Amino acid sequence: MDIENGADTVEGTTAVIGISFGNSNSSIAFPAKDGKVEVIANQDGDRSIPSVIAYVGEDEYHGFQAKAQLIRNSENTVANFRDFIGKSYAEIDPTYSHSSAHAVEQDGVVGYKIVVSSEEDAQPEFISVAEIAKRHLGRLKESAFDFLGKPITGAVIAVPTDFSASQRQELTSIAETAGISVFQVIQEPVAALLAYDAANAGAFPEDRIVLITDFGATRSDGAVVAVRGGMYTVLATAHNYELGGTALDQTLIDHFAKEFEKKHGIDPRTESVRSLAKLAAEAEVTKKTLSASNSATISIESLAGGFDFHSTINRLRYEMLARKALDNVALFATELVKKAGLDVLDIDEVLLVGGSSHTPKIASRIESLFPETTKIASPATSPKALNPAELVARGAAVQASLVQEFEKSDIVESMLPVVANAPHLSKPVGVVLGDGSFATILESHTAMPIRKSRTFTAPKEGGDIVVEIWEGESEIVTRKVERPKENGDDEDNFEDDEDDFEDDEDDEERKKVVKAGTKMADVALRGVKAGAQIEVIINITADLNVGVAVRELGGQKAARGEIEGSKIAK
Amino acid sequence: MAATVLPPLPADRADKDAFVSYSRLSAFTLRAIEPVGPQYLSHARRALRGRTWSEDERIQAQINVKNVEEESVSEDEEAEDPVMLTRDPKDWKGQDHYKVLGLSKYRYRATDEQIRRAHRKKVLKHHPDKKAASGSIDDDGFFKCIQKAMEILSDPVKRRQFDSVDEAADVQPPGRKSKGSFYKDWGLVFESEGRFSKKHPVPKLGDEKSTKEDVDFFYNFFYNFDSWRSFEYLDEDVPDDSDNRDNKRHTERKNKTARQKRKTEDTARLRKLVDDCLSLDPRVKMFKDAERKAKEQRKWEREADARKAAEEARRAKEEEERRRKEEEDRSKEEKLNSKKAKESAKNAKKKNRRLVKAAVKDVNYFVDGVASASIIDSTLDDVDLILEKIDDTELVDFAQKLSGAKERDAVKAVFLEAGAGLIGSGKVEETDFKSIRA
Repeated sequence: MDIENGADTVEGTTAVIGISFGNSNSSIAFPAKDGKVEVIANQDGDRSIPSVIAYVGEDEYHGFQAKAQLIRNSENTVANFRDFIGKSYAEIDPTYSHSSAHAVEQDGVVGYKIVVSSEEDAQPEFISVAEIAKRHLGRLKESAFDFLGKPITGAVIAVPTDFSASQRQELTSIAETAGISVFQVIQEPVAALLAYDAANAGAFPEDRIVLITDFGATRSDGAVVAVRGGMYTVLATAHNYELGGTALDQTLIDHFAKEFEKKHGIDPRTESVRSLAKLAAEAEVTKKTLSASNSATISIESLAGGFDFHSTINRLRYEMLARKALDNVALFATELVKKAGLDVLDIDEVLLVGGSSHTPKIASRIESLFPETTKIASPATSPKALNPAELVARGAAVQASLVQEFEKSDIVESMLPVVANAPHLSKPVGVVLGDGSFATILESHTAMPIRKSRTFTAPKEGGDIVVEIWEGESEIVTRKVERPKENGDDEDNFEDDEDDFEDDEDDEERKKVVKAGTKMADVALRGVKAGAQIEVIINITADLNVGVAVRELGGQKAARGEIEGSKIAK
Repeated sequence: MAATVLPPLPADRADKDAFVSYSRLSAFTLRAIEPVGPQYLSHARRALRGRTWSEDERIQAQINVKNVEEESVSEDEEAEDPVMLTRDPKDWKGQDHYKVLGLSKYRYRATDEQIRRAHRKKVLKHHPDKKAASGSIDDDGFFKCIQKAMEILSDPVKRRQFDSVDEAADVQPPGRKSKGSFYKDWGLVFESEGRFSKKHPVPKLGDEKSTKEDVDFFYNFFYNFDSWRSFEYLDEDVPDDSDNRDNKRHTERKNKTARQKRKTEDTARLRKLVDDCLSLDPRVKMFKDAERKAKEQRKWEREADARKAAEEARRAKEEEERRRKEEEDRSKEEKLNSKKAKESAKNAKKKNRRLVKAAVKDVNYFVDGVASASIIDSTLDDVDLILEKIDDTELVDFAQKLSGAKERDAVKAVFLEAGAGLIGSGKVEETDFKSIRA
């Protein structure tokens, strides 16, 4: 059951892996010893493996080698094909295949016309998306096998939340043809959160609501997930197919193209496909450099018209250029919180996932949206953070290590809706304290059945006490405040240049308060010792009966009762 | 803690009951839990097996307790010998590496994982930095011992060399007068000897129920034991000075012969061990007895055949005797019977003859009037001839015909017929008849 058991198998003769199958990049991870998860580098040493397959004559290239083919051999290079899996031609958005092989339809199947022969007059052949995906997954499996030196018995694959059931099914069967036995197909944001929790909190992550934003290369996905009793419930998801690393690249491409045009009078974006591809490839590298350092250089030989290009850019300038994309990032996050029916104050933690999350400005923009109490997990805010581009694969590997010892039928059975669908508390349940405040025991969005306990203190004088069980009501109270001086100074230094619009009217403080709403029950406990520790256990059964047990720790006094629940039809 | 102080019970609380419920949970929202993470697996387990929270907790706790028990048994710590702690690390050849790591219970059976874990544990305990923290400076003697032990035991080649000379792992064979169970005592001996085998699996000594094939295989295996045991570990240190090569070579040669000698001794030792065991093995005696018995049985069976044959012969003889007697009796009786028949036939013959003669006489010897003596003679001679030559059945026939014929001619015809019959069958010449055919 626990992660430790995974390690035994790793030492054994077979291995399981987690696969993050991204539209642009994929990564693979495996459960290593002591419950740790490690990401596997492919034969080229890349841990983030571009999901690109290229054909030069009969030779097939994969990963970065294939991505390099986008410049000179774009029509025989397939990229961004993940989202096409299990879709008909009418459903796909071929925007992102404009700089690679174009998607075509044949016999109702989406595929590509690729020359896979070195003959002079070779005709392009039709290769379906499923075939491409199969080869890609096969290469990933091969890399994992080479790295681990053991046959791969199974894998957990992570896909975006908008992957339909039929797409998941299609992906599973493609993986099976590639020789990968799929234990489970899980959702990317949850996989990322699982990896994050496994690395930081172990098997019992604390209850909180997490906003997970996955900024990939071509698209952004987000989810609001309630973590309750170590279980994850997705409250809302959002997708933006325009927003992503490519949008940031585009700002740099435009910037450098203008600079080049100013110098040489040629726009490399329109000059030739190759010029654009060269510029795009280098712009991406420059963007990545800017995530780590304050300035970056770009140099391209013979970009267009035989002219070389060399330039530098600093991070500030880049962030100004990318302002629109970054605004979209902030908008994306706030919209998603709204979609979940929550306030930014409800979000306890933000987990930034995806390669683009390396960009420090994305982290700081997200940070500025949320109150100070909200923890932001990203490489820019926490040096110890895991690589956001690898989180999903790690999570898949964690899940693989958890389920590997089960029979496949057991895994399928445990994923049935009858098991997964559960009633969730709509309001928090807790105890009203002596000062009239509400102490939460069970947060809202907690899946039932559940049992949870919390320890309280008896009054100093001891004697008879009452434990009142209430349902809470949360509300946002707004309070006008004078902005503290030093706080203002702090932010001025940093953000006056860019964010000056937002902080202007910020003279009020918003606070989330949970008050007692409806009284559900009370329990009297007579004659407790002075200052004794009182444990309150709330146990909600599958029938929604609410059992309440109160006991004095280290003493004899105890009382219990049950609030009848309405039977629910599952 | 002040924030979580519970209120006192209001004095005016109406209900005497400890628990009063006022309202139910407000409406729930049905959502899907993501099927990932350890807690979801617990949830699924509870949901699928229909367990309540407490039941599940109890069952899992039981399983965990079992696991922990198993773990703690395997992790059982060994007491450290104070003498061992003060060992000189330079004398590493004399040190018991398993004991240093606290694995003397396992010895050659210790897995790499066990060794790794034991080493880590010992290092944590005896690391010089730790010792320094507790006041003793430069006390890293035992730590060096630990490192040496790890060096030896983590290297498969070196570990084998050490295992080869690890006498602490040897099990001494029980004495001849030992009261213990033969199978248990000697089984342990051969189990420990078997660790040197290149071939696997090594057969077990077995018990009184083992078959003869198994026992034979066992002894053959150990008589033809293919051992990896080698004695490099006991080599004298080869001097490393390059200026005295002869000395070096001399030591090397000495080592080599010593190794060879030890190996030969070891082989002889094992052979003797197997001999001893074989001589004590109750099964060998048992098998011998069984074989002897089987032989006797076979012999008895073989003899039984002979006996049976004799019996058969005797019976056959008796049978023969009996048959012969029966035959005799029968023939006697038959004889008797035939005598009677003969007599009656004789009588009948006589009677018939008489009848024939009378018939001739009745028809007056075939002549009219008084028959002359010569005619009578010749006729009677003929009749006699016929009667002499005619056989019994014909005679009966003949007599019958005669008795039917009263007239002279008829009688004569009968006679002629008889005569012709006799002539036809070649018994009489035609010329023999004197009167009748005339």
